[in-house]
Order: sequence, then C-alpha cells, then structure tokens
Amino acid sequence: MRVLVVWCPDWSVVAALAESDGGDGGDGPGGPARVPVAVLTRSAVVACNEEARQYGVRRGMRRRDAQARCPELVLLPDNPDRDARAFEPVLAAVEALRPGVAPLRPGLLAIRAPARFYGGEEHAAAVVAECLVGVGVWDVRIGIADDLFTAEQAARQAGVQGWRVVPEGGSAAFLRDLPVSVVDDADLVGLLQRLGLGTLGAFAALPAGDVLTRFGAYGAKVHRLARGVDPVEPAGRTPPPDLVAEIGFEPALASVEAVCFSVRRTAERLVANLGDRGLVGTAVRIEAEADDTDRTLLSERTWVHSRWFTAADLVDRVHWQLQAQPDGRLVGAPVGVVRFVPETVEQAAAHADGLWGGGTDERVDRGVARVQAMLGYEAVKTPVRQGGRTPADRQLLVPWGERPTGLRPPDQPWPGQIPPPAPSRVFAEPWATAVVDQNGRPVAVTARGAVTGEPSRFHTGASPGWQPVLSWAGPWPVDEQWWASEGAGLRARFQIVGVDGRAWLMRCAGGQWWTEAAYE
Amino acid sequence: MAATLTLTPSRRPPGAGREHTLRQLQDRIRGMQDGVPRLPVATHPAFDGLLDLRTGGAYEVDSAGLALALLAQPSREGAWVAVVGVRDFGVEAAAELGVDLSRTVLVPDPGEHWLEATAALVDVVTMVVLRPPPDVTAKTASRIAARLRKRSSVLVSWGRWPGSEARLSVESSAWTGLDRGHGRLARRRMVVAVARGSAPPQQVELELDPAFGLSRVSPEPVAISEVG
Repeated sequence: MRVLVVWCPDWSVVAALAESDGGDGGDGPGGPARVPVAVLTRSAVVACNEEARQYGVRRGMRRRDAQARCPELVLLPDNPDRDARAFEPVLAAVEALRPGVAPLRPGLLAIRAPARFYGGEEHAAAVVAECLVGVGVWDVRIGIADDLFTAEQAARQAGVQGWRVVPEGGSAAFLRDLPVSVVDDADLVGLLQRLGLGTLGAFAALPAGDVLTRFGAYGAKVHRLARGVDPVEPAGRTPPPDLVAEIGFEPALASVEAVCFSVRRTAERLVANLGDRGLVGTAVRIEAEADDTDRTLLSERTWVHSRWFTAADLVDRVHWQLQAQPDGRLVGAPVGVVRFVPETVEQAAAHADGLWGGGTDERVDRGVARVQAMLGYEAVKTPVRQGGRTPADRQLLVPWGERPTGLRPPDQPWPGQIPPPAPSRVFAEPWATAVVDQNGRPVAVTARGAVTGEPSRFHTGASPGWQPVLSWAGPWPVDEQWWASEGAGLRARFQIVGVDGRAWLMRCAGGQWWTEAAYE
Repeated sequence: MAATLTLTPSRRPPGAGREHTLRQLQDRIRGMQDGVPRLPVATHPAFDGLLDLRTGGAYEVDSAGLALALLAQPSREGAWVAVVGVRDFGVEAAAELGVDLSRTVLVPDPGEHWLEATAALVDVVTMVVLRPPPDVTAKTASRIAARLRKRSSVLVSWGRWPGSEARLSVESSAWTGLDRGHGRLARRRMVVAVARGSAPPQQVELELDPAFGLSRVSPEPVAISEVG
C-alpha cells in the first residue's frame, strides 16, 4: 500500500496569521506573508516561518532572544485548538478528493495514495496540491512512499507546492542518507549521535536483534522506521456528520410568528440529531435568508446557552433574533430560509444534571434570555473574581453563558495589591479628582515616592464642593506596566476618608488624581 | 403557616403573650393577602429583630455596602440574585460578604429598559438589587410591586423607591486603622437607621471587619425619638 502525506510547514504560523488577519489568511494568492512571524507560548517560540528562520529564530528560543535577533518579528500567541480548527478545511478539501483521510497532527495528514485514479501518483499529488492552494493554503508539500515515515520525510524534501515520490521498495535507499535528527525524539537522537551513528542508514545497518536488546522496544520501532519497513497504515477518520439543519419556506414568510411556528420541527430535528450522537449544542448560529435570487442574509447571530439548547430554546432564539432587529429590516423582507448551524457541540454526558441538581437553573436562563433579547447579548454578565493589583483588575464581567478564559489566578500573591476589605464600588472609568493641601496647592507624588503636601481637601465629583480629609494613608507607589503606557511615570495609590465617613481609593499619576473605587 | 407563629420567640416580651400572638396572627393575615403568602427571605443576622425581608417587598438602601449585605444572605443560602443598573459593582466586596457569584446575574447598564429588565429578572430570581433612575413614579413602583408579590421576589432599591416597606440608611460611619499618612483601612463601624413607614426609625451599630464580615455591635436596636 502506498501512502501520500501532505505537509503544510509551520502550520501554527499559518493558522495564527489567518486568524489575526480576520480569516483572510496571510497566504493569499500573492504567496506567503513576507514578514517574519513567530508563535509563542508564555515565553518560548513554538513555531516560526521561513523569514524568521533566516534571521536565526529557532524553536524553543526565548522571546527575548528571538526579538534580539529579529526586532521586527511579529509575535502571535500559541493556541493548539486554533491550529486544529484551521486545519479542518484542509482535511475536508482532501476528503472531497479521496475519503479516508488520517489527520496526523495539525499541518500533517496522510491518505492512501491513489495510484491509478488520477493517472499516476505524481498526477494525484498535483491534484491534491492544486486543490489545497484552491482553499487558500499556499505552502503545501507532498511526499509519496511505501510507509508513513518515509512519505513524511519525502514531503519534507519537496519544494513549495511540489512533491517527492519515493519509488516502491525504495524507502531504505531514500532514508539511508538522512541524518538521524529527522527522528522527532531528542533523547534518542542525542544518544545515536554520541554513538557515532550520524545517518539513518548507519542506524539501519545495525542488526535488528542487537538494537532490540540495547534500545528496547521503542528503539526497535525506530529501527524499523529507519529501514523503511514499518507497516503502520494511516488510520482514516470518519467524516464529521453534517449537523446543519435548515428549512425553506415556499412562499416566504413575512411574519415572525409564522416563521417560529414553522421552524419548530427543524429545531426538534437538530436537537434529535445531536442527541443521537450523544451530543448537545451549547452555541448555535441562526441564519435567516431572504427569498430573493442572491439569497441575502437577513440576520445572522450566534447564541450561547449556559446549559444546552432544547428545541423550544431554539425557537425562542429565532423569535428574538427576528423580532429584535434594531433597524427593522425584517419589515417587508420575507424570510425564505432559516438555518441552524451548531457552532459548539459537547458531549451530553458532560452536561447531564447531577443527582441533586446543579448547573444553572432553567428558569433563570429563560429570564436572562429575555433580558438579552431586549438589551443585547452582551448586556447580561456574570461576575468573576481574578487576580490583580487594583480592584478593577481583580474582577471581570463575563457575558452570560460564556465561560471565562484567560483568568489570572486570584490565589497567587499579587504584591502591591490593596489589602482587604475590598471596595464595594469599583468604577469602570475612574473619576477625575482634585486633592489639595492646607494651602490649596495640588498634592503630587515625587519621583522618590513622597507626597509634596498633606492632603487636606478633595473633590471627587460625587458630591458638590470640596470635602475635608479626615484621615488618609499612602502613598503606595506602584510601578506596573512601565513598558506599555506612554509617559506613565510613578503612580501611587491612597486611601482617603472624608469627614462624612466615606472612604475612597485614589490614584495619583503625574499630578493628576483619579478615584478608582469607593468603600461604602 | 405554622412556621410564622414560631418565628421569633426571642422577640416575645415577657407577660405580653396575648398581644404577641395577636400580632403574629395579624401578620399572618397580611401575609396571605393577594392569595400569595409572603414568605420570609433570609436576612443578614446583623439586622436581626430590626428587619425581616419578606417576598413581595421593596426595600430601600442608600449605599452599596447595605445593598450587598442584604444580597449576601439569600445568595449564601442558595438563592439566585440579580443586580440591575449598578455599573460599579464591587465583585470582590460582594464575594467577601458571602454573595455567591456563580448565582449572580448582573445587568450593569440597562439604560432606558431598566424597568423591563428588572421585571424579567423579578420573575426568575429571589432578590433583585436595582439602582433606579432618580425619578421613579409611584405608578412605576406599583407595577413592580405587583410583580414582586406575584413572583415571590424581593426588590432592594439602591436609591429612592416610592412605597418601600423599609428604608435603610447609613447615618454615620467611621473607619479604623487609618491615620494621617499611615496605616490602612481595617474596620468600619457604622450606625444604620431603619425606617418603616411613619414609625420612628430605629438605629443599630454595625461593624464591618474583613475577617469576620458584618456583625452587630449594639445588642438591641435603639429607637430614635421623634425630636432627634
């Protein structure tokens, strides 16, 4: 059996670029982006493109070192989910040519090489390359060989949109001159190199029995790979089911009630289809199209549910979506098609009710959904605590139904944070404030962190006029994010209690005072 | 309704058993008006004997701290709560007082739809804290009141609310731990006045400590004379 491997080099970079360009992709018809790009985890380079490599940027390099070699390096965050998601269209495109695609990892896939259908293996490779460039993947390399490992190595030797075919039975000869470092295992490669085995051919020449006793089962497996006799076949995947449900209206319906009445069956079918597979939908996109020739999209919106969608929930969402069109476009534009696209499906088991209940209350969900329909999806929030130094940093308002991501851990020490009690009011936008000393001069904080005068009166804007200071504490200088904000200088925080007994948390930066929070 | 009868044995003045029972029976009748019983809602122990929140009632507070204190107890006991119109909700302070954030719905900026949003949430949660606009009319308030009674919910209005059952206000407050230029805010003592209708307001002294939460300092509420 022959294997065809498609390799898209630096896939993380391609996927990250495509996302940062808003889906257009850095690889347009004009070829790959010409800027050096690196994808990073917290501080280390995970992947970089050819342009970055020319500057000497390598995998595993620290962010600072990479930027030192190439100051104009574009840095993008690492996200394995995004890589896999972006690879899905590639899998689907290849699947359309030949079923049984085996995704090996994002950027690498294998199929059984179609020997005769396209008139030969090279023709097949050309068809695959053309098809992938058609879906917007510029850098595609294809290798064809007897086994998976050899085919992958052959793909790595091919040029952009090119292919390399290793003839039948020629795997061993092809692999002989490759360096052992092509094996993706630093420990084993290091050991082989120290033993003086520089090429796969030298390793393959060792007797198999000796390799087994010296390197164990794993070493024997790599030995088989190096000899090109590994019989691993790519395991094909089952194409994901098409769960999109839609209904067309003939003639088109102009009234929201009529549309909602008619979509009920479709919504039930979608939920049942998901249920048959043990899935539930937690995010569904609802699209409504007009009945004209170019099928104008009347309305499109993604709804998230904090539990999962039942058929009645979906009908409600259709109702709200069509009714809550702010510019009233629905008036006079009958709906021809309504389509449900499940965007996030999850295992039903993960969402089953606990024995004693749990999760959010269904009633609450319905009430919240009504408010969302009235005010918009973003208007209803769930408060979450997170780590940070200022009270505003220590909280986050997440839209209802969404799961918070990227929270700073609140339990870790945050040096410089304001100790409890926490302020009961935290202003999203700090109020401009004036604080003066006994002589009426504005109080400021010097570069050494000392106050120029004792605060005596302040004016927050909450109450008219000036209020005398009863007691105060500070300054607590903070020197955070000095690299980001322009002209930041030293910032200092104060707690100030007015004579009315109310306490305020204020910030002084460069002579300007701000009220950040209130203790009421 | 047997629970109502045995509600507060500690409040029973000695030697006044008959009047006491009568008052509780009257309470029970009042509670059953509209066909929907007015059930007690968990109230912070610091307000014990001073304020018993009941479903269907609207209560007025004048500061965020009091609103959070009233919010904390039902939330801690498993009820869903909502906060409408509060743009500067102190999430951490709420959590410190015992509000369960995972059962809190926040509508920070309802704009002109504040009434509809409040009504929708009154339907589904036990307590709604609302920061109303300054010009709430009695008619608007009565619409919400009917909804509150029907749905067995409680409204805590942070700001003027016509027809509120009780009004809580911070009369004076003092912070300790802070001096002129050193220390930090540590504990707060405040005198809270509770006014019900035209009766003279009662005062109580509370202490807010970050470690122990809100607690009562003065053992018994003190009624303020009409003159004072």
